[in-house]
Amino acid sequence: MLYNVLIDPFVQMAGAPDLFVQTIWEGLVAGVLYALIALGFVLIFKASGVFNFAQGMMVVFAALTLVGLHEKGVPAWAALLLTLGVMAILAIAVERVVLRPLVNQPDIILFMATFGLTFIIIGLGEFIFGGEPKQMIAEELGLPQGTMRFDVLGGKVLIQKIDVAAAVIASLMIAALALFFQYTRIGRALRAVADSHKAALSVGISLNQIWVIVWFAAGIVALITGIMWGARSDVSFALQVIALKALPVLILGGFTSIPGAIVGGLIIGIGEKLAEFYWGPLVGGGIENWVAFVIALIFLMVRPQGLFGDKIIERI
Amino acid sequence: MLYRESGQFKKTYSADMQVFPLREDRTGIAVILFIAAVVIPLTGSNFFLSTVMIPFLVFALAAMGLNIVTGYTGLISLGTGAFMGVGAYACYKLTTYFPDVPIVIWILASGVFSAAIGALFGLPSLRIKGFYLAVATLAAQFFLEWCFVRIPWLFNYNASGAIEVPTRWIAGIPVTGPNATPMTRYYVILFIVVLMTWIASNVLHGRIGRSFMAVRDMDIAAELMGIRLLRTKLLAFAMSSFYCGVAGATMMFLWYGGGEASDAFNINQSFIILFMVIIGGLGSLIGCFFGAALLHIIPVMLKFGLPAIGIPLAGATAEHITYLLVGGLIILFLILEPHGLARLWQIGKQKLRTWPFPY
Amino acid sequence: MAETSTLSPGEIMLKVENVSLRFGGVKAITDVSFDIQKGEIRAIIGPNGAGKTSMLNVINGFYHPQDGTITYKGATRAKMKPYVAASQGIARTFQNVALFKGMSTLDNIMVGRTLKMKSNFFWQVFRHGPAMTEEIAHRRHVEEIIDFLEIEHIRKVPVGKLPYGLQKRVELGRALAMEPELLLLDEPMAGMNLEEKEDMCRFILDVKEQYGTTIALIEHDMGVVMDLSDRVVVLEYGRKIADGTPDEVKANQAVIDAYLGVAH
Repeated sequence: MLYNVLIDPFVQMAGAPDLFVQTIWEGLVAGVLYALIALGFVLIFKASGVFNFAQGMMVVFAALTLVGLHEKGVPAWAALLLTLGVMAILAIAVERVVLRPLVNQPDIILFMATFGLTFIIIGLGEFIFGGEPKQMIAEELGLPQGTMRFDVLGGKVLIQKIDVAAAVIASLMIAALALFFQYTRIGRALRAVADSHKAALSVGISLNQIWVIVWFAAGIVALITGIMWGARSDVSFALQVIALKALPVLILGGFTSIPGAIVGGLIIGIGEKLAEFYWGPLVGGGIENWVAFVIALIFLMVRPQGLFGDKIIERI
Repeated sequence: MLYRESGQFKKTYSADMQVFPLREDRTGIAVILFIAAVVIPLTGSNFFLSTVMIPFLVFALAAMGLNIVTGYTGLISLGTGAFMGVGAYACYKLTTYFPDVPIVIWILASGVFSAAIGALFGLPSLRIKGFYLAVATLAAQFFLEWCFVRIPWLFNYNASGAIEVPTRWIAGIPVTGPNATPMTRYYVILFIVVLMTWIASNVLHGRIGRSFMAVRDMDIAAELMGIRLLRTKLLAFAMSSFYCGVAGATMMFLWYGGGEASDAFNINQSFIILFMVIIGGLGSLIGCFFGAALLHIIPVMLKFGLPAIGIPLAGATAEHITYLLVGGLIILFLILEPHGLARLWQIGKQKLRTWPFPY
Repeated sequence: MAETSTLSPGEIMLKVENVSLRFGGVKAITDVSFDIQKGEIRAIIGPNGAGKTSMLNVINGFYHPQDGTITYKGATRAKMKPYVAASQGIARTFQNVALFKGMSTLDNIMVGRTLKMKSNFFWQVFRHGPAMTEEIAHRRHVEEIIDFLEIEHIRKVPVGKLPYGLQKRVELGRALAMEPELLLLDEPMAGMNLEEKEDMCRFILDVKEQYGTTIALIEHDMGVVMDLSDRVVVLEYGRKIADGTPDEVKANQAVIDAYLGVAH
């Protein structure tokens, strides 16, 4: 028993290095996607202090809108633009209907409001586009198809081109966001709001405007994530369970750190794929659904402030 | 005129410390119990009992469980569905091994198992709170859900992969399984819910309830007053999970009857119960009943009510509209009345006290 | 508490020796020593950020100092869990009112009785027998405190709805309900008008007279400090700069410099 848990998986890893590399790659790709969801989340949390539970649903909603519009006969590029418009409307609606009336309420109330938002987004998406799973229009959007084979350590590693594209696009987007935050006027305002709402208000920054911008930015991130994700599997709200895995990622990375989101995403992605592949069979498989949460839980017990957070000092 | 406290003087502390100090409230409770125990079974159809009343009571019980930990102690839990599941499977195993013990005892005893599991997953609550704790309870949700599917021992290796509720008799009357009438099942669950509501009310009005609320409102101050945080939080988790577990057992044995069980305890169930608590009123027992009633009635109305009055609605569409409505209601309530229906009820009572001369 | 009556007035109840407290690189308290005698009102003063509140947090076990020891009623300890401190008779109020906002005045003060309540879960479930007897006995005690502090009219009002001055009074009541031997008051008069301050002073003196409680007090209003306290300790930047009777402290050059600033 102990052998099976502690030693055998590592023997397997050493015995078939190509499989090991393949697993790592799979984990890396999943990790990038988790990181992307977490990124949209961090954006919102930084600027409005809202723990946006609905971010995962926004990803699915964006993908669903894109595919749904295309199914109705809209050309791919137009559908992409229209979806961006829909995400902008969503951002404005959220600011008007949810954030503005709830400003200055305890965080936990806003947190629960995003549960409500989650259900609204699910209901809306399925009501308009139907509940059945859909295919992502990856080809029409000009994303690369097919696979590449590499010879690694005496074996073969399969890499989907779309995954490479996902990693590249994700890196570009993160770089763009970092530049945006660092060097633009709005970026500076965003950072100010993140530090203190009141102080930002007092120097004439419009909170409402900032919130719309942030939620829209999160919407764009959601759309890109949705495209990448949809290309790997079907688009439907059954993805909800996977989308929730952005939460352990956030626990690892901390709620306000973009590098944290990325590193956390990769750790969770790789960790759960390795666990599933090497330890999963011991207990009947399917452990992917909870390993991420358990990793986060153990991590929480050791370091509640996250990878890059400061130690929390309680005051009274 | 009907509802006045004037003229009712309390001469002893015990009279002042009653759960319902007003005579009118006590009469009201008696009337409600009478309606629940006599009028509804006499007048309600089997369909009404099994589609509206039994699920309503199950949900009220689960909401009560969640409210203890979230509403009273201030710890958000998203693992309600899973803790309900623990109760259901524990009850199933217990009645499999000891079929002769009355099922009601096993339903209540199954809560002990979910209480233990709940306390275990409540352990992180000492170090983390708020959003972090919510994520930690998700770990419980997904891990336990996985157990329900992957450990065939739990469902007695049934081919269906789910609990198949056996028939159990009490005094010669079938209480569970396909032969049990809705009326019998209704009475059993009514008994359980009334008993457990009474107990919850007792505990929450005493020392333990006060420590829960102290931890909720200002945990550091509570600690400096000599309340042990870990102990109190674990007790809250255990008690909450006990209620959820019993709710899960009643759900499976007195409502579902098995078969469709495997996804009855998923994350969406956790959300629905949380919504019941929010809409009903955090930190209010009566709110649990309001929330359960409202949120259970919406889907039933859409599914059966609309077709009955001639508006055809596909099942899937009804479900989508339910999602929309429920999500909207949550946000609406959080904006307008964060304390939920229970607060509206209180305001109503306040109005009634001064009626018809409010000034 | 039987063993507590062994101390007679004037004996040392609490002794803080060479205590240092750091948060990362920030030194909150550096090498502070002082003592509190049974039955006195001991004031801790100093400019903002001098480490006064941190000192109280160390005394009741909420912060654990890196160096130094605390001797309370003869027992020396380096660190202690807050609930142990509470059960040994240390109670406190807070700088920013830390009441249980969702609960009534009565329930808030009843929470202060938690440690005195013994009935087990079984009786709590039925709310009969010992649980109810106990509940009534403590209710009686709490009503005495409510009378003492003259807050009868707000007995059943949720404290979140009360004005600030009354909240401070309820908080004092909650601490008194613990029947403390050592009462730590963190700026009990901050943000009050003159009348409320006078009331509060009266209550503090009454507590000392009626219950014989030892009191440690942080306060910025020098008039109040000099009038109320028997001895004063002065902190600045986490260090002790003076210790003695109000008159001694008033005359101390270091204290004058700390408060008025000094020409460099």
